[in-house]
Amino acid sequence: MKKILLVSRHAPYGSSMAKDAIDVALAAAIYDQDISILFMDDGIFQLTKEQNASEISQKNINAMLSAFPLYGVEKLYFHLSSAIQRGIKIDELALDNITALHDEEISTLLNSQDQVLSF
Amino acid sequence: MIFSICVYAAPYSSQASYSAYQFARSLLAQGHKLHRVFFYQDGVFNATKLATPPQGEFDLYEAWQTLAKEHNIDLAVCIAAALKRGVLNKEESVRYQKEANNLADGFSLSGLGQLIDAAVDSDRLITFGS
Repeated sequence: MKKILLVSRHAPYGSSMAKDAIDVALAAAIYDQDISILFMDDGIFQLTKEQNASEISQKNINAMLSAFPLYGVEKLYFHLSSAIQRGIKIDELALDNITALHDEEISTLLNSQDQVLSF
Repeated sequence: MIFSICVYAAPYSSQASYSAYQFARSLLAQGHKLHRVFFYQDGVFNATKLATPPQGEFDLYEAWQTLAKEHNIDLAVCIAAALKRGVLNKEESVRYQKEANNLADGFSLSGLGQLIDAAVDSDRLITFGS
């Protein structure tokens, strides 16, 4: 088993990056790898509550994210500075089992992994 | 060292695919092993055999195929990403009753498991086009 970190840095609907990252995370979980996910930069917008993607014929990204624990994906992190820069408060996040990381904790997380997948 | 490469961007629109190709050539020239190139998102467009770059421009499609042949490298294309962008092999074109297929020689359609497998079996996994 390898430690794989998936870094998701894009907003949910403008490109397929966010959804494609979720598919990779689920594949990693199915293949029994030690997967962690870090949301940073515009990736923070994936975590906000009250998304209504049906207006653009898509599925809500935050709903997909909240299904992660069912697949055994439980190590979820977000970059605190990215959230603050974008005016997003912690109580506005859709996930409650997610850990906030300060800048120096991001490098610790990155250094503890075997592989990093960037989306 | 064992490397794998992920390509997420379409050829020509961005530099990413060509950089991935050059990186592959460089690591092989330095004696490293290339386990797999995995094409995901718009990267699947690298695998069409219908693309016809103008004379005098670098033919990246042919370059991938030559690389695969010379070094016996697995060029894996995400099947879900490929099908929704119209990149099909013969089998899939029959399955979905399409009148043509366009997956180039040397490429194979496979699942995201092959990307995870590449992460597990390689020392380094390098992403282009993210």
